Parts: sequence; C-alpha cells; structure tokens
Amino acid sequence: MQNLDPLISQAKSDFALSVTITDLENTKAKYLGKNGALTEAMKGLGKLSPDDRPAAGAKINVVKQAVEEALKDRRETILKDEQDKQLASEALDITLPARKKPQGGLHPVTLTLQRIETLFHSIGFSVATGPEIETDFYNFTALNIPENHPARAMHDTFYVDSQDRAKNKTLGDQVLRTHTSPVQVHYMQDALKNNLPFPLKIIAPGRVYRVDSDATHSPMFHQVEGLWVDESISFANLKGVVQDFLQRFFEDDDLTVRFRPSFFPFTEPSAEMDMSWNGGWLEIGGCGMVHPEVLKHVGIDSEKYRGFAFGLGIERLTMLRYGVNDLRHFFNNDLRFLQQFTK
Amino acid sequence: MQFSENWLRTFVNPTHNTEELSHALTMAGLEVEDLQPVGALFSKVVIGKILSADKHPDADRLQVCKVDVGLTEPLQIVCGAGNARAGLFAPCALVGAELPGISIKQAKVRGIESSGMMCSAKELGLATEADGLLELPQTVTIGENIRDYLALNDHLFTLKLTPNRSDCLSIFGIARDVAAITGAPLTVPVIKDLDVVSTTTKNVIVTADEACTLYCGRLITSVNAQSKTPDWMIRCLERSGIRSISAVVNITNYVLLELGQPLHAYDADKLQGDIIVRFAQAEEPITLLNEQAVKLATDDLVIADNSGAIALAGIMGGATTAVSNSTSNIFLESAFFTPDTIAGKARRLGLSTDSSYRFERGVDYSNTLKALERASALILEICGGNATQVIKKQGSIPVRKAVDLRLAKLVSLLGISLSHQQVATILTRLGFSFNEKNDVFTVMPPSYRFDIKIEEDLIEEIARLHGYEHIQAIAPQAPLNMLPVPESRLNDWTLRNQLVEDGYQEIITYSFVDESWEHDLLGNKIPVKLKNPIASNMNVMRSGLWGGLLDALVYNLNRKQSRAQLFEVGTSYAISKDDQRDNAYSESQLISGLFYGPIRQEHWAEEVRDVDFYDVKANVDKLTHGKAKYQVADVGHQHPALHPGQSAQVLMNGIKIGWIGKLHPKWQQHYDLPKSTVMFELEVAPLLNIPLPNYTEVTKTLPIRRDLAVIVDENLAVQTLLDGIKKAQIPLINEVSLFDIYKGKGIETGKKSLAFLVLMQDTHKTLIDNDAEAAMAKLLGVMTNQFGATLRS
Repeated sequence: MQNLDPLISQAKSDFALSVTITDLENTKAKYLGKNGALTEAMKGLGKLSPDDRPAAGAKINVVKQAVEEALKDRRETILKDEQDKQLASEALDITLPARKKPQGGLHPVTLTLQRIETLFHSIGFSVATGPEIETDFYNFTALNIPENHPARAMHDTFYVDSQDRAKNKTLGDQVLRTHTSPVQVHYMQDALKNNLPFPLKIIAPGRVYRVDSDATHSPMFHQVEGLWVDESISFANLKGVVQDFLQRFFEDDDLTVRFRPSFFPFTEPSAEMDMSWNGGWLEIGGCGMVHPEVLKHVGIDSEKYRGFAFGLGIERLTMLRYGVNDLRHFFNNDLRFLQQFTK
Repeated sequence: MQFSENWLRTFVNPTHNTEELSHALTMAGLEVEDLQPVGALFSKVVIGKILSADKHPDADRLQVCKVDVGLTEPLQIVCGAGNARAGLFAPCALVGAELPGISIKQAKVRGIESSGMMCSAKELGLATEADGLLELPQTVTIGENIRDYLALNDHLFTLKLTPNRSDCLSIFGIARDVAAITGAPLTVPVIKDLDVVSTTTKNVIVTADEACTLYCGRLITSVNAQSKTPDWMIRCLERSGIRSISAVVNITNYVLLELGQPLHAYDADKLQGDIIVRFAQAEEPITLLNEQAVKLATDDLVIADNSGAIALAGIMGGATTAVSNSTSNIFLESAFFTPDTIAGKARRLGLSTDSSYRFERGVDYSNTLKALERASALILEICGGNATQVIKKQGSIPVRKAVDLRLAKLVSLLGISLSHQQVATILTRLGFSFNEKNDVFTVMPPSYRFDIKIEEDLIEEIARLHGYEHIQAIAPQAPLNMLPVPESRLNDWTLRNQLVEDGYQEIITYSFVDESWEHDLLGNKIPVKLKNPIASNMNVMRSGLWGGLLDALVYNLNRKQSRAQLFEVGTSYAISKDDQRDNAYSESQLISGLFYGPIRQEHWAEEVRDVDFYDVKANVDKLTHGKAKYQVADVGHQHPALHPGQSAQVLMNGIKIGWIGKLHPKWQQHYDLPKSTVMFELEVAPLLNIPLPNYTEVTKTLPIRRDLAVIVDENLAVQTLLDGIKKAQIPLINEVSLFDIYKGKGIETGKKSLAFLVLMQDTHKTLIDNDAEAAMAKLLGVMTNQFGATLRS
C-alpha cells in the first residue's frame, strides 16, 4: 500500500489556495469527494488481505482525520476573514455628532430654591406657602407694622386696585406681599388650628414684590422665609442654623456669618446677616427672634414659646453661587443665559 | 443721617480712628452706609495774598503774580485764572504740593519762572466746577495751611438708621450712643436759660393737648435777619447735607442737627392774634413754605392764629408767616408732637421733611425747652435782638414705663451666658437707670428711647452692646422626627423635572403684565389691577402665563434662536367669585409650556420636522400621568389664543384643568413668528395626586394579536371610538390601539380608514383561534353598530 502521508501536506497547501468557501468545497472533493484520493484509498482496502486491512484502514483514517482537520481550520479562517471584511465595511465615523434629545433645564433661581428646600428638609423643615396678594393685615399689621409706622415706608408696596372687587367687602387694602414673612403668620395660625406639635419648623419660599426697579432691584424677586418656634430656641441657634445653611449651600466649611443689630418690627432682637466673602462681608438677609406681638397675634403664648425667623434673598444667593453679575439676567429669559445652568 | 466726624468728636472723642469708629458704629446697629473724606487729599497748600499781578509778556491770558505766603520773600507764580488780582487772598499750592492728579514743581511757564500754583475750589477737590481762584475773606491769616483753615481734615459719615433709633437723629444722640459703645466720656452741652429782658409774651392755646403735649415758644425782638451765618455753622450744616439759607433758619437747622429737636421760627409781625395748636378743619387750606397749597384733613395737627392754619405741626411751616430778610421780630417754637399724630401725615401730602422724619419716630421731650434756649442764645449771638420770657404749655408728657428684664430670660433667649454684673455694666453705659432684685432688672427707659417697651427690647440692647459678633453660632437641639413623605402626593419639582426631561427650559417672567395680554390673548375682561404699577405695561396681575412665554419666545427668536421649548410655573390671579372668602382674590398655580420650531436640533442623519399638536400632547399626557381627556371646546367657548381646529380643553376626572393647542394664526402674525407654536397650560394642583402602584397578578398566558382596519366617517374622533370600545367591555379584548390612519385613494370621500392593533388575552387559559375570532367579531360589531364603521376589505 502506498504511503498516504504526503496527502496531508498536499491537502493543506491546496486548501490554503482556496480563498472562498466555494473554492474550498471544490478542493475538498479532490481528497474527500466520491473520487477523492482518500475515498479511492478506502476503496482499495478491499484488495488487501483481511489480516492487513485493519492496519491499513487505521492508517487511512489517521490521514483522513488530519485532512478533515486541515479543512476545518481553513474553513474557519476563511469565514473569519469574510466576517472581518464585512465588519470593516460596516465601520462608522464614530466622531459624527450623536442624535441628541433636546435638553431642557431649570431656571437658576429654581436650582437655588431646590437646594434650599433640600438642605432645610434634611433638618426637618417643611415647606409652607401663602398667597401673593395679601391683606394689609397679614403683610403688615400681624407682623407688628401698624398703619403709618415708618417701617412701612421701607416697603415700597404695590397696592391692588380694589375697584373691581366684589361689593360688600369690608376688607382693608390688598397688597402684593412685600416679603414672605406673612406666610409665618398663616402657618402659625393653621398649626394652632390643626394642633400641630411643636417645634414648628418651616421655610416659605416664593415671589415677593416691591415698587423698585433698577440695575440692582427688580420689582419682583424671590425670598425664602425660615421659622422655628419652640420652647427653648435661641438667638445663638438662629446663628447656628443660618451659618450651617450657608456653609452647606456654598459648600464652604470656612464660611462664617456675622450678625449686626438691625430693626424689623416683627423680630426682637433683630439682625442683619452678613456672610464672609472674598475677605469681606456681604449682606444676605435679615433675621431675629420672633417679636412677642407676632406670637400674640396668632395666639401663641410668648412666655412659653419663642421662635426665630430669617429671610434670605434667592437671587442674591444665586448670583453668589454661580457668579452671575447682573440681576436682570434672571428675568430676561435669554436662552444663552439659562442654558448655562443645564445639568 | 449724614454728619461730620469732627463735629461728633466735639461731644465724644474715643481713641478709635475713623475706620475703627465706622466699624464700631456698624456693629452696634448704626450702619455706616458711606464714609468719605471731606474734599480731596492734598498737601502743602497755604493761604496766599496776591501782592501784584502783571500781564505775562508772552501770553495774553496769563499773569505773573507776586504772592505772599508768609515767607520772607513773596513767590513768583504764573497764573491763568481770570480773577487773579492784587489784594486777593486765595489758596496757594507750594512747590512739592500734591494735588488730585497734579504734583507742583518749580517750572518755567512761557519762559517765566513759577514757584507754585494758585488754586480753585475744583483743584482742591472741594467742588466739581469752579470759575477762577477760590476767593478767601480778608480776615484770613497768610501762610495758614488751607486744610486747617477750611477744616478739611474731616470725614463725612452717612448712617443708615433703622426707624427705631430716633434717638440717633442728632449729633448729640449719636455721640451718646458712641459713648455707650466705646466707653469714651460724653461731653454734655451746657445750656443755660437766657437772661430775659422783656416779659412780653404771646398767648398760646393748646386745644389738641393729647397730640401736642409740650409747647414752648418765645418772642425774640429786634433781630437782624440779614446777619451773616458764621462759617463754622455753615460748615456743620453743609457737612450734614443742609444748604445754608438765612441766619435764623440756619440756626434752627443747626439745633435740629445738634440736639434732634425740630424748631420753627415765625415772623412775629405776621402773626394775627393768639397761637392755637389744634386739629385742622376738614379741607382747611394752607400754603406751605415750599409754596405747595394743600387742603388738610381733621387728623392733621396745625399751628393756627386768627387767620387760620399757619403751620403744619411738626412737618412744615406756612408761607404767610415765614421769616424773611426783612423780619425783625420772630416767634420761635419748640414743641413735642406725639409720633402717632405725625406718623404718615407728611407722606399723605407727598412730603418728607427733617422735622416730620424725627417727630414720627419720636423726639426727646426732655430736650424741648433746652433746644429753645440753645437756639435763642445762638440767635442773640448771631442776629442780635432781645429774648422774652418762654411760654410753656405742658399737657400730659408721655411717661416711660419701667420694663423688667429677667437675667434668666436674657440668657436663654440669646443662648449666651452673661453675668449679672455684665448686664448691669451695659445698662449703666447706656445711661438706663434701673433697680435690681433677684436677677430681675427693673429698667426705666430714658426719654429719648421710644423703642424700649418690652423685655425683648432690653435684651436686644444688652446683646447690641455686648456685641452680636460675640454670640456663638450653636446648632439647635430638637427631637429627631422624620417628616411625612406622601408617595401619592407629588410636589411641583416632579412636574418641572418631567418637562426638563422632555426638553423644556424653565423661565421666570413677571407676575404683572400688560392689560391687553389679559383682554385679548387670554380673554380675561376683569383682571386684577394694580393701583401703582411700576410701568403702564405691567399694570395687571396675570391670569395665565402664555403672554410671558410668547414674550420670551420673541426675545430669543430676535437673538437668532431657531427653536425653543419654554415652560414656567407661576401663579394666576383672579378676582374671587366667592364672597365668603377672607380674601377678595383667588390664586392658583399653573404650569405652562410652549414649543416652537423643529422638534430637535437639525441633524446630519435625517430630516427634522417641526413640532405639531401631538408632540405637545405627549408632554401633557406625561404631566397628567396619562389620565388627561381632551375635549374640543364648543363654538364660542374656544380659547382666544388658540387655533380653533387645533386646540382642546384638558380634563382630569371630568374637571377642566387647562388647554392645549396651536397658537391662533392671528397671534402668530401679531408676534411676527415665522412658524407657529404649540402651547399648553395646566393647573398644578390636580397633577400632584398620583395613585400608589397597585399590584395585579402577572398572567402566564400569552396574548394574541390581530389587526383590524375599518372605514369610518372622516369627522369621527378616534378617542370617541376608543371610549365606546372600552365602555362595551368586550371579553378578552385587552388593548385596542390605533396604528394607522389613511385617507385618499381607495377610500370614499368623507371617510377615513383606521387600522387598529388588538391584543386579546385570557388570564386563565391560552386562547385558540376560535376564541379570538369571536372576540374580534364582537369588537367589529361594536364599531359598526355604534359608530357606523365598515370592515375595510
């Protein structure tokens, strides 16, 4: 019987010449097809003596397996080459711009309000709201600002024209609230009515209005009022809460708060709050211990309870936080400005 | 309150330098709003006398002057000022002087040596304009430093006083507080009663003795009203921002500044009969000093004589009895009018005077007589004349009530530890008299402190003098209870964030708008109006937010934006329909949006179409948690801002909560918009309730899908059909959704073809074809019977 071993290397080099699967299948026939060399060799076994057949058969099988192995290898190689070529042809310019969804955003004043709510919520403050068109009583009288008090002149008040009001009203003047402090009064009244437990802890964010318009004043702006009423809360605690808030808001542990004596009819003692900023001090709001008259107006025993209250300007905080240099940007609604705050 | 530091220091002179004094004032609640040096900083300028002034040989406009500055030899100075002349005394800057922007050096001017410069007020920073050299009187001393002569080593303090501190509306008052703050000794002015040469008096009748509890007056005869006011007084007045007028008026103003007591001088020869202090009659006329003719009300306090009102008490004198240059006899008034009487009255007449400003805040009634004596003495000194006896009408002077201050309350309210002794020391420094027993201080507030009424007022005073900056910041202690976080109750952050995810940018616009927006754009005929709007186009409170959104859109389109998605959350205001409410107006929160232009930025891979109704409807569906119903408004009830055929009312639970639609073409034209825009507006409150998720069994069986195409009348609203199917509750039919609409070729005119995807499912068994066919037949039956649909072949 002839030596079949050379067939293996011959098959390998033949297969290597095939570049497509079809070529390969054709070449395969030369060895494993009906008239292929190995098929022929198997056919030749019949001519051998029964004693020689097993050994010869085994030998052919070894060669056949080797050829089939070579065929399989070559087939895989061709398939991989074809796939590589296909993939290469599908390559994208991945630097082309993405198919973006339009990106919206919140107004920077809203971002500040959200941060304020989050921070105060973390120490148990709820959010309270109140009307923007207020009665004279809530905006002034209940806050210990009687009619003709000079402090009223400090609030350049917008008055609502009462002509169209329904008849038979015996209400006083209605105003656009000049501060968020009236919410204190509404909230304390409601809290008493609903038997809410002390401490009362709220912040009251919202729009307020003053007849004032120039580069540093807007006739409409935002304030947040804070109120904490309890049996043993103190002026030192007020300073503690405000300082804590500002440190967290500006993410600056070294920020300090300075209180200066001031006057608000609805707090006593009263203070202006200054915050350390770039080596100096910046005025950022007013605060104080709730005036006993205010507690009296809502029916809270001022001997048993006391409270602190503070008011902060939202636009001011926003300007400092984001480095905005002109108040008027907030209400021009220029998308080139607003979209800088997109998160 | 503006004043000169030097004047203050005549009463109290702490070791603090100017900056330290300013800081101390601010930290004690007397906020220094402005601090400026008087005049410019300059040096080496002395008083010179021009001995001779000769024309410069080579320059027409220059003169060569010989100037005596007190040196052995006069200086030769070339000068261009028109008023330079022999005999003139004027400031002279010596060689080496530093003036604002100029250094004076030995120089040659057009070939002539010049050893200095003669100065104008402008060159010394004393005025913004000057015409020639600053002319000085003949009485000056040659060679004296001009800074000393003009007292320029001084600062102007401007205090931003809070309304409670009327005690600091005078130099002496501020000095008193500075003494308390710094511990420096206070020089109390000694005011003696004048020697009276005549007992002639004027009869004074105070009928309104509740409002005018103390009235002092005196005649001063034979004064020279044309006397010259001394320089030092004019300087004090000017440095407090008060213009020099005439000697008598200057003196009353000076005493007002010095002691805080407003005074008024009448021309006594113009007074007719007795002086009467009374309330005005209704509509009583008076012409004030500023020539303003006003009609008074019955709560206006006046000083009157037989001719009627001659002064508006505590606010302003009248024109008829004003002191003039020809006045020789004056009646000088110093009174205490109660704050309640004066408060608000000046403002009602559109006035604010130094006098009303003080009276409405409270004037020290223990000074009324002293101020009269002080002014009388100054008048006699400056204008001559003879003082007569003081007339004094005293009613019930307000009594300061003693206020108890408990040390324990002070310590717990402030949250700091202060000792008994510290409190006592502060009270003493403040000049408050007190008794103390068992750590309770019974304090008698002084006459000048109108603001000390309750314990907390004293606590503030103690804290103020102790120094607010010495109060530590201490975190409060409180029980740690969690706040309720209702899951089925959203807050509006969620709504805002949904719109942001959908590409909308939040804006904030004014709550007051142009009345025409309300009338025409929103169809609101009775908007809430403002009495005193800041501008005529911001005169009403808005009932909807679209005006602001469109305004912002136009603003941005003008800045070359090609697309915009804007939203705002804001209040709408309306006149309340409910008479029982305690507020005449009702408010509700709205969330409104506007979508303009391509649905997204142009992209290289595909065409980007413009927004249409259904894009925005998806945004509204999201805000309403898929619960919204849309209803075409009846003819006549359509929204004036919206396209009648492309708009709808939005309903939730059967209640109208807003609108959605394309901007009406007439408004598109009005706003000059190249493309139309789709808008929505919803009430916030109904959007905040969301049901908690409620689990139902997940079925193991698989659904069967069938498609169904029917032909219906063109005008049939798809939602009507879907609602009918839902109502029919056909067994097994789980979901019916539209996936195609077709009109045109192959479909009869006036009809449309609708293609639906139908999902059928049984929770217990897998459906077989027969079940599905039966359900589909029922579905078609409902469509046919109720909506006239035919199966599309």
